[in-house]
Amino acid sequence: MPRNLVADQGRRSVLSTKLPQRGAILILGVLAALVPHMTGNEYYLSVAYQAEVLICLAIGLNLVVGYCGLLDLGFAAFFAIGAYTTGLLSVDRHWTILATILPGVAIAVVCAVIIGLPTLRLRSDYLAVVTLGFGLIIQTIASNLTQTGGPTGIYGIPVLTVGSIVIQSATSFYYLFLILLVVFVFISFRVRNSRIGRAWLCIREDEDAAQAMGIKIHRYKMYAYMGGAVMGSVTGALYAPALTAISPPSFGFSESLLILMAVAIGGMGSVWGAVLGGAIVVILPEAFRQFSQARLLIFGAMLIIIMMTRPRGLFPEGAFRGTVKRLRERFNDRPPPRTLVAPPEAAVRDAPSEGP
Amino acid sequence: MELFLTEIANGLFLGAFFALVAVGYSMVYGILRLINFAHGDFFMVAAFVSYTILGAVAVGHAHLVWFTVIWVGLLVMFLTGLLAVLANRLIYHPMRRAALLSLMIAALGLSSVLENGVLNIPSWGSAFLTYPVTSPSNGFTIGPTHFTWFQLIIVVISGLLSLGVYLLVSRTLLGKAMRAVSEDRVAAALMGINVDLVIAVVFFIGGALAGAAAVMTGVYYGQINYLMGWTVGLEAFTAAVLGGIGNIGGAVLGGVVLGIAQSVGTGLFGAEWALVVTFVVLVLLLWLRPTGILGERVARRM
Repeated sequence: MPRNLVADQGRRSVLSTKLPQRGAILILGVLAALVPHMTGNEYYLSVAYQAEVLICLAIGLNLVVGYCGLLDLGFAAFFAIGAYTTGLLSVDRHWTILATILPGVAIAVVCAVIIGLPTLRLRSDYLAVVTLGFGLIIQTIASNLTQTGGPTGIYGIPVLTVGSIVIQSATSFYYLFLILLVVFVFISFRVRNSRIGRAWLCIREDEDAAQAMGIKIHRYKMYAYMGGAVMGSVTGALYAPALTAISPPSFGFSESLLILMAVAIGGMGSVWGAVLGGAIVVILPEAFRQFSQARLLIFGAMLIIIMMTRPRGLFPEGAFRGTVKRLRERFNDRPPPRTLVAPPEAAVRDAPSEGP
Repeated sequence: MELFLTEIANGLFLGAFFALVAVGYSMVYGILRLINFAHGDFFMVAAFVSYTILGAVAVGHAHLVWFTVIWVGLLVMFLTGLLAVLANRLIYHPMRRAALLSLMIAALGLSSVLENGVLNIPSWGSAFLTYPVTSPSNGFTIGPTHFTWFQLIIVVISGLLSLGVYLLVSRTLLGKAMRAVSEDRVAAALMGINVDLVIAVVFFIGGALAGAAAVMTGVYYGQINYLMGWTVGLEAFTAAVLGGIGNIGGAVLGGVVLGIAQSVGTGLFGAEWALVVTFVVLVLLLWLRPTGILGERVARRM
């Protein structure tokens, strides 16, 4: 933001650029941490932690769709891989839950490479079809192999313990996924401002230009796809003990679509958008529970309307930047300083004249 | 070996359905670079509409039933074409300046609306419905395999329709306009081509072919379900990619190849693995020959 840099010189604002955002995040964080104290209701808490799970997945998918601009329609596959690896290793092999996360991630990454290598070189709309197929394949495998329990899935997944802490109640899962969510948000922001993140944004905006600038686009696309796979599988691994029983229908195309909707509704490329989108996608249908049959109908219609009216989502990147700037100007009475860039018309009119 | 031949023959019929839906997919993709995820659901809606119309008119006209099926089929083709044009007009047309990703997500939304719309209509719902007209089983036998006359009719109709579209695109002025729009929309508009009209015609043709496929599917398989469009759409798109997307001959060829691959795969591994076979074939093909069997190079827009 070169213009802001120039404008900020010579004035010490009451509110620094980042302060309002950080304040808002802090308030949100405290509120989120206090939710279990505000309601003791197990149902609300379980909805809340399911929203957190979906947000985690949406943040993972945001790396792929939002940052890198690759349409992934089978994201639930990685979620399934994480959950099934945990389920199988903990039930059949009696591993502790935490130890199963890493193998799940490893399998997810290997799958991402297998799917990504041939297709990431092609036009990204082919990727959409192949990822869709991958999601269906994973689900078909899960529901047809006897080792994965077939259509009934895996049940009796043991309790998750971290050291001496037992995570079993809705409240404790709420906190677990809150921590995961915060970690994912943090990683997303850090990655976005890194070399990899900038490369992703370049690829998303203009693949040819990115390539011309020397970005190895296939490699960076692969990183995005693998990053999404890691986040998806970690979330899946931790979600398995929350459900205690997993079965193929939880990881189908509708789940992938839901995650994608969260990203699209929230605003592609925006981490906070993914957070809000994830919350909307889980909590709104719960509110509409009595129209369970028409739920997806309303959803589809909403998706079309949102894409038509706000093709970049409800809260695209930089959506709040204007607001923060306006707020800052309101709190700051001093006239704007002279800037190197052309001052706005009003400033020219009000500026003291330089003599006759 | 005998079983194998039967599977191939079955694959051919399956491929005839895929091809019809795939041509629509491929044409829309060729002209807008849009994967119209709702295309399979046009097919599904057509099956339900024809179910209702046939249910209302076919009863009691047993001797005229095939005549009825033909005119209902034509009517449904027209209606499905209209549905596709409407979808284009109401959703895709206003969004033409948006990113393709947003467009595709809107298409997914439309697909969800159509599926769940059908689900929520009381006389349709989620059950498998028995189609009012079913195909007779009499036919002829070649070697070990029994073919019915209706199977032959499917292949012929499907072939004729595809051929018609192919001739339209390659031999007529309208077809030339389509090719021009798909190559460069702005330049085509500057040459005086009515781009909106051409796009609408493409949607209409795609929808009409899906409508024809839907009536034949209903008669041939005897039952319909609100999720049928999703799978067929997916397979048709795979077929289009397989043959080389944006290319009508490719869509037909891809449909037939995919139909045979799926039928043989089902014979070898069982029906539940059919989709897996489809996608393994697709991934392998994309790896070995990214432009499809008859692929044209399509300019990249994403």
